[in-house]
Amino acid sequence: MLAGAVLLLAPVFLFTDYHLFQLTLTVTTAVAILGLDLVTGYTGQISLGHGAFYAIGAYVTAILMADCHVPYWATLPVSAAVSAGAGFAIGMPALRLRGHYLALTTFALAVAVPQILKYHGLEDWTGGVQGIVLAKPDPPLGLKLTPDQWLYLFALAIAAPLFLLARNLVRGRIGLAMVAIRDHPLAAEAMGIDLARIKTRTFAISAMITGIAGSLGAIAVQFVAPDSFPPLLSIFLFVGLVLGGLRSQAGAVIGALFVQFLPNLADQISKAAPGAVYGIALIAVLYLMPGGVAGALRRALEAWPQRRPRGALAAATRGPSASPGGTGHVE
Amino acid sequence: MWNRRTVLKTATLAALAPLRPAFAEGMPGITATEIKIGNTMPYSGPVSSYGVIGKQHAAHFRMINDRGGINGRKIDFISLDDGYSPPRTLEQTRRLVEEEGVAFMFQGLGTPTQTAVRPYLNAKGVPQLFLSSGAGKWADPQHYHWTMGFIPSYQTESAIYGKYILQQKPDAKIGVLYQNDDFGKDYLVGLREGLGERYGRIVVEEVSYEVTDPTVESQVVTLKLAGADVLITAANPKFVAQAIRKLAELDWKPLHIVTNVSTSIGGVLVPAGLKNSVGLISTIFVKDNSDPQWANDPGMKEWRAFMKAYLPDADMSDNNYVGPYSIDVALVQVLRQCGNDLSRANIMRQAANLHDLELPTTLPGIKATTSPTNYRPIRSLEMIRFNGKSWELFGPVITT
Amino acid sequence: MAGLLHQLLSGLVTGGIYASLALALVTIYRATHHVNFAQGEMATFSTYVALTLIEAGLSYWVAFALTVIASFAIGVAIERLLLRSMAHAPVLTSVGVLIGLLLIFNSLSGWFFGYTIKTFPSPFEGNAAGRVLGGYVSAHELGAATVTLVMLLCVFLFFRHTKIGLAMRAAACNPTSSRLVGIRVGWMLAFGWGLAAAIGAAAGMLIAPVVFLDPNMMAGVLLYAFAGALLGGIDNPLGAVLGGLAVGVIENLGGAYVVGTELRLTLALAIIVGVLLIRPAGLLGRTVVSRV
Repeated sequence: MLAGAVLLLAPVFLFTDYHLFQLTLTVTTAVAILGLDLVTGYTGQISLGHGAFYAIGAYVTAILMADCHVPYWATLPVSAAVSAGAGFAIGMPALRLRGHYLALTTFALAVAVPQILKYHGLEDWTGGVQGIVLAKPDPPLGLKLTPDQWLYLFALAIAAPLFLLARNLVRGRIGLAMVAIRDHPLAAEAMGIDLARIKTRTFAISAMITGIAGSLGAIAVQFVAPDSFPPLLSIFLFVGLVLGGLRSQAGAVIGALFVQFLPNLADQISKAAPGAVYGIALIAVLYLMPGGVAGALRRALEAWPQRRPRGALAAATRGPSASPGGTGHVE
Repeated sequence: MWNRRTVLKTATLAALAPLRPAFAEGMPGITATEIKIGNTMPYSGPVSSYGVIGKQHAAHFRMINDRGGINGRKIDFISLDDGYSPPRTLEQTRRLVEEEGVAFMFQGLGTPTQTAVRPYLNAKGVPQLFLSSGAGKWADPQHYHWTMGFIPSYQTESAIYGKYILQQKPDAKIGVLYQNDDFGKDYLVGLREGLGERYGRIVVEEVSYEVTDPTVESQVVTLKLAGADVLITAANPKFVAQAIRKLAELDWKPLHIVTNVSTSIGGVLVPAGLKNSVGLISTIFVKDNSDPQWANDPGMKEWRAFMKAYLPDADMSDNNYVGPYSIDVALVQVLRQCGNDLSRANIMRQAANLHDLELPTTLPGIKATTSPTNYRPIRSLEMIRFNGKSWELFGPVITT
Repeated sequence: MAGLLHQLLSGLVTGGIYASLALALVTIYRATHHVNFAQGEMATFSTYVALTLIEAGLSYWVAFALTVIASFAIGVAIERLLLRSMAHAPVLTSVGVLIGLLLIFNSLSGWFFGYTIKTFPSPFEGNAAGRVLGGYVSAHELGAATVTLVMLLCVFLFFRHTKIGLAMRAAACNPTSSRLVGIRVGWMLAFGWGLAAAIGAAAGMLIAPVVFLDPNMMAGVLLYAFAGALLGGIDNPLGAVLGGLAVGVIENLGGAYVVGTELRLTLALAIIVGVLLIRPAGLLGRTVVSRV
């Protein structure tokens, strides 16, 4: 635990402002992927539209800060509530849809959001195509920190309880229920699990977490515009989730590192076709580690003789890793 | 628990912590032999077609370096991919300023992307020079001393169209086809300005499209059915070509005005059909390489020699290579004017100190001029009409 | 009234574009139960290959045939070399791989062939302006629609009435049982990929004359094709085509008469989602009922 805390806090003293800024963005992406993992990794509801919740959170924060002069930290609870509401609203119709149909619906959401943000009828609020510029928060109480250092700490302070929340959720009865729903919905229902309740609530919590990530992102970048939330964002969150590994909080962080730093790497390798480099790297990682990095780590840890999985709960929430003829029953 | 592992982790982190680059005192990004210039471009993502502009600049600066550089200093041009994503633009720009230690940012592309970094660059006092964007907001020396655009704004352009229509066809019924983003919407703003209070009566239909739409056929149909006899198309080359072709198929012949971004003969009119494009109206401030009238023009010859030597594989019908060449020439002039004082403040001062600078690929008579209160190097446009073979200039040079 | 008719025609034309790609999506789904996110970009790449062949001097139909064959081979290669090793990975991993393929093909198209728009020839040019039906539908568009319908018929008959088609469907539905009856599942999957890639290539060559060829030609089309395929039922080729046409018409009429063009994409998607809520397997899709 302490080692982890040291690892997380050390950058404040050792890294430049620029790298802290990058880390802050990584933290927000990790939180966003954490949210996505709840619906896609655990409950098995594939979402290609979480960028929409990210955008909602970001814009709520931006509008409150710019128009209503609400301090940045006070916008977070509002953003959480609005995103959760949106998640619930999507989660209800999502009950009826399975697999690819749900994927399309969520992707449709991701595609529609920029259009709605650009709509001239809402321009007075959203700033239309020009977006909204925000002021950078200063460290409170006259602390001797640069704004970047403070933002990083702030992001960590918000991310930590969210990770804890997710962890407790998936390790508890609800987590078991979620995985049961993913693996065998009929059996789960037969055992008395209320599918509708669990699924919609999971969607709401997932959207809330990703929405808060969006708010953090808006505060860190100090700018929101429809072009900041294209459908590609949802795709990259999904890619980060798969690369990092499903059903893993560490996977969310690893995935975020990929999403944050892989494009820069691709850019350095090839200016002419960075997209191709990104795609090749993506395929290579998935080829070598089909369960994502976290999946591979998990398997490596299990292979170690001293390490034993802690109890039935952990074994159940790990889910099936491989079975013949295609696996990972996606809802 | 402080065990070996934690100590090892911390030590590694400390060892890997990047060091701040050393700057020459008072002149960041400048050494006795080098000028570091930063740039962000969309090399990946949906608008990666504009990435060629970055390639162009890199090649141009290579040429300058081959010729000995500027006042004995070579140019180190560092261009990073931002994927047209404002958060990434901010990240890359910060990297260029804080990690690479560039002297200034040059030709950043895109309106939302550059809007995202404008406050940061102005707060840090880093010149944000000659932006690759036609938004009107870059000419604001009072609030954003360090930010300067280069090309005439879209709003200026469409205001000119508005005034032209009022002159030529006061009882017109205008239909507008615009791209649903900052580029297209700026055209609407300018048109409103140009038409004044008559806007509501004279514009019968405004129709938009998304860049991801495959065709604009239905939009064109809507405009025809609305009874428009003047069509203004504020679209990128692909959709202008589609619109021109659809007009021919529908046998609809309105007065067709297109944005000057999409006037390349080779890149737009040939695919659309040269016969279909007769009568097209636009404005221009650069020379079109596929236009026969510039075949022997010295400026264009210079450009062609450069392209042949430094970008031999480039698609010569891509107009994106032409305008930026002159912008590079303007920058070189700015840097020469700085002499040995290449501090950021002086670079900005010299950028705001251009007097009738002749540029090789702009129209004769259109020169770059700036001053501390005028942050618009090119403010002039000429109206042009397509005659089936080339763009005929008509009317005076309009300076706004 | 005339206006409505014209918008309808325009919508059918655009819908035809979506329908042709949707057909490729459905083919691959029936054969492999994968949704190929890279379908659009593969089709664009194939179309560029065709253009290169035509510019090298080959006649249109020779280039067409060669491209279709080459695309078939590429499809088979992708399945055999890349996806086969992913067969035991979670479903979501294969989605990730397909997204990777999308990025690769898109980037390579731009790198190899440049970003300026290119005209792609059509074998259907009628009279000088290619005008049919008052110019609302061009000769090419009519020809393309015909070809799409012919492809639809072939795909339908193939899956319904041929032994290989049956074997492919079996391989996708139940690989284990299929192997037990002697079906070579691996090659059936590869064949399915090849077939879909070939259809995609044909779709690309039909679409390019209408919209001009550039690396991002299919970006939007893929979403609409996907929507159309799901609207019609992702396992039903006829549904895919009808769905594609429906999407084109809804989008057009919605934009022209209901919400204006700035929101028409949103409206179209909202309608599609609405339909899916009422009929979750699509209009013509088969509802899968599982028994406990």
